[in-house]
Amino acid sequence: MRDFLKRANAFLDAPLDLAPRVLVLTAALALIPTFTSPLYTMTMFAPQYPDGLRLQIFSYKLVGGNNGQDVKEVNVLNHYIGMRDLVSEDFGEFKWMPFVIGAFALLFARTAVMGKMTHLVDSIVLFVYFGAFSLWSFGYRMWSYGHDLAPTAAVKVQPFMPPMYGYKQIANFEVYNYPALGSYALGAAAFFLLLAFLLSAKRARAERLSAQ
Amino acid sequence: MRTNRATEMSRFGILALAIFAVACAPSAPKGAQKSGGATSDVAIAAQKTYVAPGDLDEYYFFASGGHSGQVYVYGVPSMRHLSTIPVFTPYPATGYGFDDESKKMLGDLTWGDLHHPALSETGGDYDGRWLFVNEMNGRVARIDLRDFKTKQILGPIPNVSGNHASAFVTPNSEYSVMASRFSIPIPKGTVAGVDKYATDYKGVITGIKIDPKSGEMSFGWQVLMPPFNYDLGDAGKKASDGYVFFTSYNTEKATGKLEVTSTQKDRDYIAMVDWKLAEKSAAEGKGKMIGGVKVLDPKEIPGLVYFLPCGKSPHGVDVAPEGKWIVASGKLQGVTTVFNIEKIQTAIKNKNFTGEEDGIPVLKYEDIKDAEVEVGLGPLHTQFGPDNWAYTSLFVDSAIAKWKLGTWEVVDKVPMSYSIGHLSSAEGDTVSPDGKYLVGLNKLSHGRHLSVGPSQPESSQLVDISEEKMKLLYDAFTEPEPHYAQMIKADKLKPIEVYPKEENKHPYAIWDVKDAGVTRNGNKVLVKMVAVRSTLTPTDFEVKAGDEVTIAITNIEQTTDELHGFGLLDYNINIVVDPGETKQVTFKARKSGVFPFYCTNFCSALHQEMQGYFIVR
Repeated sequence: MRDFLKRANAFLDAPLDLAPRVLVLTAALALIPTFTSPLYTMTMFAPQYPDGLRLQIFSYKLVGGNNGQDVKEVNVLNHYIGMRDLVSEDFGEFKWMPFVIGAFALLFARTAVMGKMTHLVDSIVLFVYFGAFSLWSFGYRMWSYGHDLAPTAAVKVQPFMPPMYGYKQIANFEVYNYPALGSYALGAAAFFLLLAFLLSAKRARAERLSAQ
Repeated sequence: MRTNRATEMSRFGILALAIFAVACAPSAPKGAQKSGGATSDVAIAAQKTYVAPGDLDEYYFFASGGHSGQVYVYGVPSMRHLSTIPVFTPYPATGYGFDDESKKMLGDLTWGDLHHPALSETGGDYDGRWLFVNEMNGRVARIDLRDFKTKQILGPIPNVSGNHASAFVTPNSEYSVMASRFSIPIPKGTVAGVDKYATDYKGVITGIKIDPKSGEMSFGWQVLMPPFNYDLGDAGKKASDGYVFFTSYNTEKATGKLEVTSTQKDRDYIAMVDWKLAEKSAAEGKGKMIGGVKVLDPKEIPGLVYFLPCGKSPHGVDVAPEGKWIVASGKLQGVTTVFNIEKIQTAIKNKNFTGEEDGIPVLKYEDIKDAEVEVGLGPLHTQFGPDNWAYTSLFVDSAIAKWKLGTWEVVDKVPMSYSIGHLSSAEGDTVSPDGKYLVGLNKLSHGRHLSVGPSQPESSQLVDISEEKMKLLYDAFTEPEPHYAQMIKADKLKPIEVYPKEENKHPYAIWDVKDAGVTRNGNKVLVKMVAVRSTLTPTDFEVKAGDEVTIAITNIEQTTDELHGFGLLDYNINIVVDPGETKQVTFKARKSGVFPFYCTNFCSALHQEMQGYFIVR
């Protein structure tokens, strides 16, 4: 046991090699698209909407297709079932998310520069926690929009949960919800971090074996 | 469906054969046999005109609505009626003529006889910006093709009476023209008996200036003319650019029973007006004030007008694509005459005149014509196709003749049911006609459709002109009464489907239901109302009897097709507001009581609930 801890301490204290550092820096750069591209896109088709209604969820704003008109249209339709209006101000995430992603970019840059295994582990753990929390938070928001329906609504519908990934039929609408480039960028950042970790672990293991 | 029709047709064919076999004479003339002649290949015709559900037509067809005062929009080749654009007549379907703005535009006149639509041109080709239309009371209107709405009605223009030869435009839409069909003593209001017709009555030709950016029309200039009846016109282009041509009849200056008195001479005239000279002379301050406008006198401005003799009682005058040839026909003859602008110009230079009419030089018919084409009886109007093809409508023969400019050879005829007036081919009056389709606009249609009583519709027949032989493809029936029409390639128009919010500059426009409400200023009450699915806000409001009420309704939708109406019962008010638009209506609350209002234009699942109460105490 003591031996394992000793090995773990040595591993965590070990400086990062060049390749993992480059990978961590790449992870920081991979976050850039989250500021320019949506994280999620929702597309809704109905007989009356053959061209579809589109919503794009960025880390800091909600944008409707057709020059923003689609958000208004979705809200006009949703008022019949008593759903709250989708407005950017309601999304608390929009306030902290870009800031947090920026902080992660700095944290990754710090890891690349300071270059210790422990920094890499910190980055990975925090980033995975952030990813999981964001996903849950997004899911919860979807759930509450679909469940918090005004009792005075003209049209009473069963509370519903929009799909988190893929397709679902909701009343006369085909609803498609898919992660977009921003989310894939977050995934790519996580991938680069993990790759850096695995490379380092492999190298540490090889060094340990050759020392024996 | 197609097979059924084909079977029916073949049955007809067999029936027709049987009649021929047993009887000595047919029971109907050849032209009346529905399955014969031009309609022989039913399957091909059906295929060429069938636009499958959801598919779009290739051309827009803007047909004049005659004394209905409207413009009808069709798709070609389906000949489906797509929409009606009200111009000179109130039209409850779109609320036109009920809101303050359109009511003001219509003025005191609630009808107009709309004859000749003219698409705006750049370089002699349709540019898809505006449609200008004339009206007999002396008005011209502009329809904006961005939203298919009437934007301006200009007139009645002083001195012009019976504005028939209109709204033809010059090659860069510099001017739209007008001319008197009925000469009268001018200025309007002057009284003189018809015994003074030859001396005291005057014809007037007018140029309406068009702003090249906004399309806004304004008064340009007028030319004083002898008291003939000016009938139709066309602007020169390319070789003949700078001139505008008008046919005239009754150059006898006769009165009374014109069908006799005005048809005594063998020739009437085409008036050729140098509009660039008219513009210049007006700018130099020439002319005298009549009826509040400057009128140019051709006697004082040499070269302003010439008369070209033409077969008697001509109807149309049409300038061929290259501008060199001008085609006009005496409508009682069997030939159409092709004039050559170069010969006209030479004759003018050499002063080869046969005389003059009220100081206007008359050229020699023999000097200026290139050909008399034997098209058939009663030639009225000519349209053009590519490769020098020309198509002339024959009223008396009830047919269209196809002939070639240059060789003057008549190659084909197709019967029309019945009595064709105008005809309109695809971009057929521009510098680059498309060919392909031609629509004959017929005056009579009896027996070609299910009977609808004595008020018979007119017929518009689609003809395929893509091949050597013309083929009748389709009968469409139109409300009274299409005269001329314009056919433009669909991709030249890019109509909007909502009015963008940021373009709405109406002073009472509001975009939030929170801003809706009633304000009072003395006995004037202003109601700012929001229309959005599915509520008209405020849902009820009260005024006092005798108040002047203004209701300004903003449709805050920005979604295609989400129109809302405002029908107020017992007050004769029906407004329709397009997405992003604000319309206002002002009226006196003269009756007290409770008056329901509601959305007249079906909008949503809860449209029926979109209602409220106007209470007058």
